[in-house]
Amino acid sequence: MIDLNTIWFILISVLIIGYAILDGFDLGVGILHLFTKEESEKRININAIGPVWDGNEVWLLTAGGALFAAFPLVYATVFSAFYLALMLLLTALILRAVSFEFRGKIMSVSYKKLWDYLFGFGSLFISLLLTIAFGNILKGIPLNENKLYEGTFLSLLNPYAIAVGLTGTVLFIMHGAIYMTMKTNGLHQQRMIKWATASWMAFVILYFISTLLTFFYANFLFENLTKNMLFWIFFILLLASILYIPVGLKNQKYFLTFISSSLLITSVIALSAISLFPKLVPSSINLDYSLTAYNSSSSQYTLKTMLIIASIGMPVVIAYTIFIYKVFKGKVIISKDSY
Amino acid sequence: MDAVLLARLQFALTVGFHFIFPPLSIGLAWLLVIIEALGWKRNDDSYIMLGNFFGKILGLIFAMGVATGIVMEFQFGTNWSEYSKFVGDIFGAPLAAEGIFAFFLESTFLGLYIFGRNKVSKGVHWFSILMVALGSTISAFWILVANSWQQTPAGYVIRNGRAELVDFWAAVFNPSTLPRFFHTFAASLICGGFLVMGISAYLIIKNKQIDAAKKSFKLALIFSLIVSLLQVFPIGHEHGRQVARTQPEKFAAIQGLYTTQSGAPIAIFAIPFSKPPELKAKIEIPGLLSWLAFGDINAEIKGINEFPEDEIPPLFLTFVSYHNMVLLGIYFIFITAIGTYFLWKKKIWDKRKLLKIYVWSIPLPVLASELGWIAAEVGRQPWIVYKLLKTQDAVSITVSANEILFSIILFAIIYLLLFSLFIYVLVNKVKHGPEPINS
Ligand code: HDD
Ligand code: HEM
Ligand code: HEM
Repeated sequence: MIDLNTIWFILISVLIIGYAILDGFDLGVGILHLFTKEESEKRININAIGPVWDGNEVWLLTAGGALFAAFPLVYATVFSAFYLALMLLLTALILRAVSFEFRGKIMSVSYKKLWDYLFGFGSLFISLLLTIAFGNILKGIPLNENKLYEGTFLSLLNPYAIAVGLTGTVLFIMHGAIYMTMKTNGLHQQRMIKWATASWMAFVILYFISTLLTFFYANFLFENLTKNMLFWIFFILLLASILYIPVGLKNQKYFLTFISSSLLITSVIALSAISLFPKLVPSSINLDYSLTAYNSSSSQYTLKTMLIIASIGMPVVIAYTIFIYKVFKGKVIISKDSY
Repeated sequence: MDAVLLARLQFALTVGFHFIFPPLSIGLAWLLVIIEALGWKRNDDSYIMLGNFFGKILGLIFAMGVATGIVMEFQFGTNWSEYSKFVGDIFGAPLAAEGIFAFFLESTFLGLYIFGRNKVSKGVHWFSILMVALGSTISAFWILVANSWQQTPAGYVIRNGRAELVDFWAAVFNPSTLPRFFHTFAASLICGGFLVMGISAYLIIKNKQIDAAKKSFKLALIFSLIVSLLQVFPIGHEHGRQVARTQPEKFAAIQGLYTTQSGAPIAIFAIPFSKPPELKAKIEIPGLLSWLAFGDINAEIKGINEFPEDEIPPLFLTFVSYHNMVLLGIYFIFITAIGTYFLWKKKIWDKRKLLKIYVWSIPLPVLASELGWIAAEVGRQPWIVYKLLKTQDAVSITVSANEILFSIILFAIIYLLLFSLFIYVLVNKVKHGPEPINS
């Protein structure tokens, strides 16, 4: 039998994966927006993600809420430890959240340009901050025997975390470009294919470097890994999806390519989760001080109640999310109702 | 400055700013459910035009609500980590339920509502605004469950140095959940009603799409009158009775009752002083408070003097904010009743001054809501979780005062800029008026 703590470790990972797949592509589109010059193409970017980005971001909020409910000690410790980084993240999230509404409603070129920059840099910043935070969690943060953080803001900017951050950000750019290949035509689409291919290459190189660095910075992640069946499943999925992406782009199977970049994101995060388990936040001072799915969880009663809530709610969420994506599928056509 | 005070300031700033938008979104969404239904069922161009117009305004307000709400979701962990450790076993569940049952629903269907007007059938489009309204109301429910639990905790035991859940439903329907939910929901409907009423009055004054504007004005006027009446009685009244039973020191503070009395009076007007606790320049109605709270003009009510000095809330702020909220509640009834009277007499469209008053009244229900929150939250001090955890023991240990100060300044600047821009864009949109539909 797997216990409730393990189930919640898995569910939090699933929420993070859901977030990375869904908001991942609109963050990627946001970064690519910085490189888009024509107003008509900018509007296609905005209308390609306009109907769905807010729903996508809710995955992050729900992951935060679920973390609070299932592992309150992790929520409290990590969020206060990453205080300044989180405040910067929140700033970027705020500016990005209002940028479409503010951009669309006033007809001035320089004003629109300002919101294009805020949207684009906001997306870049969010991607970097989240993935750098992810890198720090993988490597472990300085938690003392009382599970209190002993580091500073600057200690979060170490070479390992930055390598992971760049890898993740490049992955989002690739994912966003692949999404846009389904939404665009002609020259715009050609450009997106180029971006997808280039960022695919960058990702392969950076992922290799990050994995190498892991041997030096966080060797403990590899303990017992090769004996784990799940590890091999996701490892094969990872290789298969990496290999398929350039093939799919070449054969103009854009939807399948998007599925495989989603699977790529899934396997990258799943592999990290598998190597962390049961640790949620390793301590870089002493691994015994780490926060785990067992020493930082809520009571069994709360975990059970939450499981019931999630099993009632999430299937419905997934059903109407699929419905909405179906309504908006296909190329973006700018009309009178567009932003 | 000390970290506790700064953390409180930051919470008050961010949640106070956030709460400008949710009540407007909730109220406007429900009015749009009516407007869009009329447009769809009667195929009436003016309602379709109004739906388009107010739908765009909803998009703008909603975006502000989302942007400021994200901060709230993370703030318990960043600023109140000791609190999060203490209540996490209970408090996280409603927050997660809000995400699963509400945030997904409202934001997904808002996307469909705003971008899908010509992509789906009219029925599905109407269904999407219904889901937005429902989602935002469910969101209010769950966050108010969380807030009500810290006001009147239930369904828990203290174990392992923290509050642990033992009865989910008892925690969800703790003694103040339902009164608080109905009160806040009605407040939101009034906020939305006054917004639509005020904007329509403006369009009438400026002679823009007058026929349509008259329809939305009438609708919002009657709607606001009914909800304003319900808000004072029975909803506000029941909420007051609940506080009298569950949080007597808060009740004494908001009512300005500083010594225990039987046949306690209601203070209509007064200036409260804290040291010593005393009301000056007061106008009172004898016995009324005892009667309202306990149904008996002779009932005894505990005054501030009954409670230890370190367990009473600030007296001035609670009294003043509570009394101004009630005053505004009475004003809402008064001003909508006058309008309804002139509407009935068919004279309302000539009352330019009155129409102008409606325009300027748009922010008042939001103000009343903010005042209500200040009364409820400041009235809970010094406790963060009533009788279980003090606010001063709840802040993050590893976050320094300077870090908090930095983020307060950061948010203050951003919020100021966003708010100015929000008002500018909103006014611009309203001045432009509804776009005629070319069929
Ligand atoms: C889910 C919980 C929750 C909810 C829904 C609210 N609050 Fe609250 N409030 C708190 C949880 C809380 C808190 C975390 O418990 C604070 C922070 C410090 C404190 O003492 O209580 C608080 C403090 C606090 C303060 C400062 C009081 C003081 O420190 O003296 C104000 C003015 C408000 N709140 C206002 C509001 C408003 C306008 C809300 C409307 C959205 C609101 N609160 C909802
Ligand atoms: C202090 C506690 C609060 C927290 C943690 C919080 C959290 C949030 C978050 C994260 C969002 C963005 C959701 C999205 O992306 O769609 C949001 C929006 C919203 N919140 Fe809050 N909120 C708080 C207080 C309240 C209260 C008290 C209410 C209602 C009475 C409320 C009602 C709403 C609504 C309706 C929205 C949707 C956006 C909008 O309508 O403007 N919130 N909130
Ligand atoms: C005569 C009319 C009213 C009465 C008797 C009344 C009563 C109350 C009471 C007793 C509280 C404090 C609850 C607590 O401390 O836990 C409260 C809070 C509040 N009030 Fe009112 N109120 C009235 C009118 C209004 C109006 C007109 C609005 C807004 C349009 C409003 C909005 C609020 C809000 C948002 C809160 C905070 C949330 C809560 O605790 O419910 N109130 N009200």
